Amino acid sequence: MSKEIITNNAPLLEVKDLKQYFPIKTGLFQKTPLKAVDGVSFSINPGETLGLVGESGCGKTTVGRSILRLYNPTGGEVFFKGEKVDAKSIGHMRKEMQMVFQDPYSSLNPRMTVEDIIGEPLDVHKLYQNKKERREKILDLMELVGLNAEHATRYAHEFSGGQRQRIGIARALATNPKFIVCDEAVSALDVSIQAQVVNMFEELQEKLGVAYLFIAHDLLVVHHISDRIAVMYLGRVVEIADADELNNNPVHPYTQSLLSAVPYPDPIKAKQRQRIVLEGDVPSPLHMPEGCAFRTRCRYATERCAKECPSLTDRGNGHQVACWNK
Amino acid sequence: MDNMNKDINSMPKKSLFSMQIDLKKFEKATDEEKKQQDVMSESVSFFKDGMRKLSRNPLAMGSLVVLILIIAAIFIVPHVVPYSYSQIITVNGKRDKSAANMAPFEYSDLEQEYMAEGGKVFPHIMGTDEMGRDYFVRVVYGTRVSLSVGFFAAMIVLIIGVLYGSISGYFGGKVDLVMMRIVDIIYSLPDMLMVVLLSVVLREILNVDSIPMLQKIGTNMISLFIVFGLLYWTGMARLVRGQILTIKQNEYVLAAKVSGAKSGRIIRKHILPNCVSVIIISAALQIPSAIFTESFLSFIGMGVQAPMPSLGSLANAARAGISVYPYKLVFPAVMICLITLAFNLLGDGLRDAFDPKLRR
Repeated sequence: MSKEIITNNAPLLEVKDLKQYFPIKTGLFQKTPLKAVDGVSFSINPGETLGLVGESGCGKTTVGRSILRLYNPTGGEVFFKGEKVDAKSIGHMRKEMQMVFQDPYSSLNPRMTVEDIIGEPLDVHKLYQNKKERREKILDLMELVGLNAEHATRYAHEFSGGQRQRIGIARALATNPKFIVCDEAVSALDVSIQAQVVNMFEELQEKLGVAYLFIAHDLLVVHHISDRIAVMYLGRVVEIADADELNNNPVHPYTQSLLSAVPYPDPIKAKQRQRIVLEGDVPSPLHMPEGCAFRTRCRYATERCAKECPSLTDRGNGHQVACWNK
Repeated sequence: MDNMNKDINSMPKKSLFSMQIDLKKFEKATDEEKKQQDVMSESVSFFKDGMRKLSRNPLAMGSLVVLILIIAAIFIVPHVVPYSYSQIITVNGKRDKSAANMAPFEYSDLEQEYMAEGGKVFPHIMGTDEMGRDYFVRVVYGTRVSLSVGFFAAMIVLIIGVLYGSISGYFGGKVDLVMMRIVDIIYSLPDMLMVVLLSVVLREILNVDSIPMLQKIGTNMISLFIVFGLLYWTGMARLVRGQILTIKQNEYVLAAKVSGAKSGRIIRKHILPNCVSVIIISAALQIPSAIFTESFLSFIGMGVQAPMPSLGSLANAARAGISVYPYKLVFPAVMICLITLAFNLLGDGLRDAFDPKLRR
C-alpha cells in the first residue's frame, strides 16, 4: 500500500494500519467505539523528523501515545528497528523510544527535584554504577539542553515554561533514545521560546542522530523542523510529503485550506493569497461520515467520496495523498 | 566594560536636559547586599513552604504546643509522681483508708500526721478517687491510653485505607468498581453495633491472658482495634482513591510510564508524594475521632479493662458521685476536649498550609 521513501537503510519506525478505538458509553449498556485513530500508516527513518499536523481532536496525540503503547492499540502494527512493538517487547524498547510532553507544567512532578526528574529513566533502567556516575550523567544532560547545572537541586515550579520544557527534553534524552515523540512540545511556549526550543531540537538531532515524530498544529514550526510532514484529519492521514513539497504543492483540499490559514509574515503576499475557508464543523468522531471523512466540508466532494474511503496513493516523489478527485 | 572601571568623579558633568543616568546618585552595592540577593532565591521545597505557612497559623501552633505538652506530660508525670494508677495510697507503709474521695490538694489525716513528723507527701493535685487512688496519675494514665488508642487506630486506618484506596484508584476500571462497592457495603454497617458484637465474640476467641502487653488493655480494646481495621478505613480509602484519580491524569505519570517505570514505582514516587498532605491531614483528624469512640466505649463500660483507666472510664466512674464530686468528671472531660480540639485545629491548620487548592 505505502511505498517507502528511497533511503539506504531500513526505516527506524514503521507504523502499519494503526487503529486506536476508545469505547464510549452512549447508553446504559451500549458502547460505541470512538475511532480516534483509524488506519494510520507511515514510516520514519533514522535521524529524520516527521511532522504530524492536524486540527484539535484529529488523533495526533493518540498516534504518538499508541506508538509508545501508552494505550493498547485496537489494531495494526508498529515496528521499531524491524522488531514488532507489543506488550512484551516494549519493556526494552522504552529505553530507545521516548516522549516530550505538551504541557511543561503538568509533565514534571512538583515533588521532585530536577535531578530526580531527569534521573528517573536512569533509575528505572539502572544506567549507572554509583551515585557519582548518576549525578555526572544528569549534569551532562542539563548542560546539553542548556540548563544551569547549579539548578539540579531545585524543584520544577521554580523554573520558567521554557526551562521546564528543557527539563522534559533532558529527561527524554537521558536513556540516549533513537526516537522521540514530541507531542506538541512547543505549543505551550511563547513564540521566542518556541524558536529556542525548536532550534535545540534540531541541534540535538545533529549531535545525537535522534528521529522525531513532531506533533504540532503550527504549520510554520512543523515546516521549519520537519523533513517530511503528514497531515491528519479525523483519525486518518490524508497527505504525506516532503516538507517543502507539501508547502509548495499541497494536493489534498484539507491541506490546501490548512496552508491557506497560516499567517504569512509578508503583508503584500498575504493579501494576494486566497484563503480557503472550510464550511461547517468537524463531524463528531462518534458519528463519522461514510466514505471519506472530509467530504462533508470538501468543495470537490462527489458521490464516490460518500461511498468509498480513499486510501493514500503515491503522486510521485513520495508525495502520498488520500483523495479521489485531486 | 571599560566604563565600569572609570572613576565616577572623573566623568564629564551631565547636561541638565540629558536623559542619561546620573551615576553620582548611585552607590555601589556592598558584599552584604549582594549576598542578600543570593539568599532570597533559595530553593523552597513544598514541605518547607507548608511548614512556614503552618507556623504562621496561631491556632494550629497553639494546638501543637498543647499536644506536645500533653504528650510530654504522659511520659514525664509517671516518673515524677510517686503514685501508681492502680495503687491505693499508702502512708509510711500503711494503707490509708481515709484517703478516699479527697478534693484537690487535700491531705488525709494519716498524711497530715506523717507530715507533722517531718515526712514528705506528694500533693494530690486532682484529689483521690473513691478507692483512695491518686486521681491525677489516673487521669494522666487515662490520657496515655486514650492517646495511644487514638494513634494506633489512626495508624491502622491509615495503612489499610491508603493501600486499598491507592490500588483502587490507580488501576481504575473494573477493579475500582468492585473495590468501591465493597467499601459502600462496609460503610453501611453500623459501627457501634459491630464493636459491641465483636468484643463479645472476641472475648471467647481471643486469649489475651497469655500476652502480658495485651492483658493490660483487655479484649475490648483489641476488638476496638479490629473494628477500626475492618470498618473505619473506608473514609480514608475513598479519599485516597479520589486523590489518585486526579493525580493519575497528570502528564508526569505518563512520562514515568514512558520512562519504563513499573506501577509500584509510579505509585510510590509520583502518586503518593502528591497526595501525602491530604493523607496526613485526614490521619490527624482521624485520631480525635478514634479517641472519641474509645471514650464512648469506655463510658458505656466496654472499654479498657480495670484497673487500667481511660478518659472515658474515668468519666463513667465519676458519674456516680457527680453531685458531690463534680470535679472528678471535669478533669477527664476537659482532657478529652483538649485533645480532640487540639487535633482538629491542628488538622485544619495542616490542611490550610498544605492543600494545593488553597495556595495562591
